[in-house]
Amino acid sequence: MAFSHLLELENVHTELSLAEGTLRAVDGVSLTIDAGETLGIVGESGSGKSMTALSIMRLLPRSGRIVEGSIRFKDRVLSDLSEDEMEAIRGTEMAMIFQDPMTSLNPVYRTGWQVGEPLRIHRHVGSGEAIATATDLFRQVGIPDARSRVRHFPHMLSGGMRQRAMIAMGLSMSPSLLIADEPTTALDVTIQAQILDLLRRLNREYGTATILITHNLGVVAGMCDRVIVMYAGRIVEQGRTEDVFSHPEHPYTWSLLRSIPRLDAEPHEPLTPIEGSPPDMVHLPAGCKFQPRCPFAVARCSREEPSLLQVRDQLARCWVTQAGTELNG
Amino acid sequence: MTTYVLRRLVLMVPVAFLVTVGVFMLIHLTPGDPALIILGEDRSPQAIAQIHQELGLDKPLYVQYVIWIDNVVHGDWGRSITTHEPVAGAITERLPATIELGVVALIWSLLVAIPLGTIAAVRRGSVVDKLATGIAVAGVSVPNFFIGIVLIFVLSVSARLFPFGGYVPFFQDPWESLRHVALPAIALGTAGTAINMRFTRSSMIEVLGLDYIRTARAKGASWRRVVFIHALKNALIPVVTIVGLQIGGIIEGAVVTETVFTWPGVGRLAVESIFNRDYTVVQGVVLLAAFSYMVANLVVDLVYGWLDPRISYA
Repeated sequence: MAFSHLLELENVHTELSLAEGTLRAVDGVSLTIDAGETLGIVGESGSGKSMTALSIMRLLPRSGRIVEGSIRFKDRVLSDLSEDEMEAIRGTEMAMIFQDPMTSLNPVYRTGWQVGEPLRIHRHVGSGEAIATATDLFRQVGIPDARSRVRHFPHMLSGGMRQRAMIAMGLSMSPSLLIADEPTTALDVTIQAQILDLLRRLNREYGTATILITHNLGVVAGMCDRVIVMYAGRIVEQGRTEDVFSHPEHPYTWSLLRSIPRLDAEPHEPLTPIEGSPPDMVHLPAGCKFQPRCPFAVARCSREEPSLLQVRDQLARCWVTQAGTELNG
Repeated sequence: MTTYVLRRLVLMVPVAFLVTVGVFMLIHLTPGDPALIILGEDRSPQAIAQIHQELGLDKPLYVQYVIWIDNVVHGDWGRSITTHEPVAGAITERLPATIELGVVALIWSLLVAIPLGTIAAVRRGSVVDKLATGIAVAGVSVPNFFIGIVLIFVLSVSARLFPFGGYVPFFQDPWESLRHVALPAIALGTAGTAINMRFTRSSMIEVLGLDYIRTARAKGASWRRVVFIHALKNALIPVVTIVGLQIGGIIEGAVVTETVFTWPGVGRLAVESIFNRDYTVVQGVVLLAAFSYMVANLVVDLVYGWLDPRISYA
């Protein structure tokens, strides 16, 4: 069954060299995703979720480098590919959409031109055909008045429409994997729901496997088959969405779930924020990286780092739950 | 677009008024009475008064200005005090040489600066980048007359690759014309080349770090496509501003360069006229320079609109 997954990351380590020092943005991440599946990756900013995505696409910033591990996509090991071969995969078999639709489109080219560009790059179609396809794609992603919208420049479109255009661009070559990095974070709440509906619909209709990166647990609950929770570049919990949400086995996940405002909460019931601040990635604590903020920490947590092991229905990186203790409170 | 151009032209009127007043006043404030130059040795007060009357110098200043501006608008830029030729004619005769020099200098500077700046940005920290930076510092620091002299000495006198001095009209013999204009144009364009290169480089570096560049990469665009199609057009927007400002510098630099290369252009005409206190000609040249600058800035603003669709002319 070694080649059955669409995408398989094994023990991937990605480093960033910054002025303050070298940091492990992604530290030993292993994950798989199958065709048609939706996988959520959640975590705070700086937890390594975007760097994981950029490592998959091999689009790391200049300071970034994959130092260890393998990424297998279909039957190819991506790290073995040349830049030319990687370019042939990007935009065709795997596509990515980004957080901020305001800055992710080139301001000096018409949106239709940009959405149709993958076809011109990969299939060498003429500009007329590319625009015609872009118009079709605009309709599919629900941009009204597609024929005139393709002629508009990005600044003439609203944020929601631009994100739809980005999705249209991502889907233009019918990729088998779509990575959406915080696709709704920069949008109004009502628009967020529409964009998520669209992603869900496209995932169902085209069977495109989707990796949804977000810090919003509500988004994951509504969209994803499985979820991965990241902290300090590591996966701390991984499992089916309903398992992770109904009985989290890592204190970080547990704290995240308790910090969400709920509509069904009692009036004036206080929210429970996570104590402390996100870790300093250059100077990480010894032992479990979440231990300084963890309400359940025991002596062992500050000495040894736990591994990601099976705890009930999911995987969790926690000495406490691995020892059989249930998280509650 | 047409309305925008029209509005800009209307807005030029007050600027033009100030420019003409400035030109007019500057000349009148300069010490030295033109009557004395015209008369030479024979300086009887009657003769001076007569000349003043002929030239209208006895009238109040604002009347002189109105008469002068009325003539200028009607194409009469006065007559040279020394040669008695019409000023407009003298300038028109010299103008093609200066235009050719300026245009070639500008094209040369952009042709070198944009590719070099782009390569320096894409391969920053590389040998090419360091070399380009060195050239840029040298290019800005060394005055253009010195570059001119070095070019003449090395490429013309020693290597005999280019003719020294002389101007051949472009439409008479394009090849010979370009051979003659090459050295002065390089001398004149070098400072601009250096500045444009630095601007292209820094602007390119900034653009290459933006989100839409990553989007283009995510589409599978090659580096070449990303740099030349996605980044360059954006990166050139600030460069255009600088080029607009340089057009003034080119007119200014032409004065020195034309003198070094004995180039029969408007710049040298200006120098000669200043030495001769031929104030009508100086007036004409300064006026022309000021208007060229205004027109160049309008053109720059229109190029902006082509490069950056976010700028609206409404």
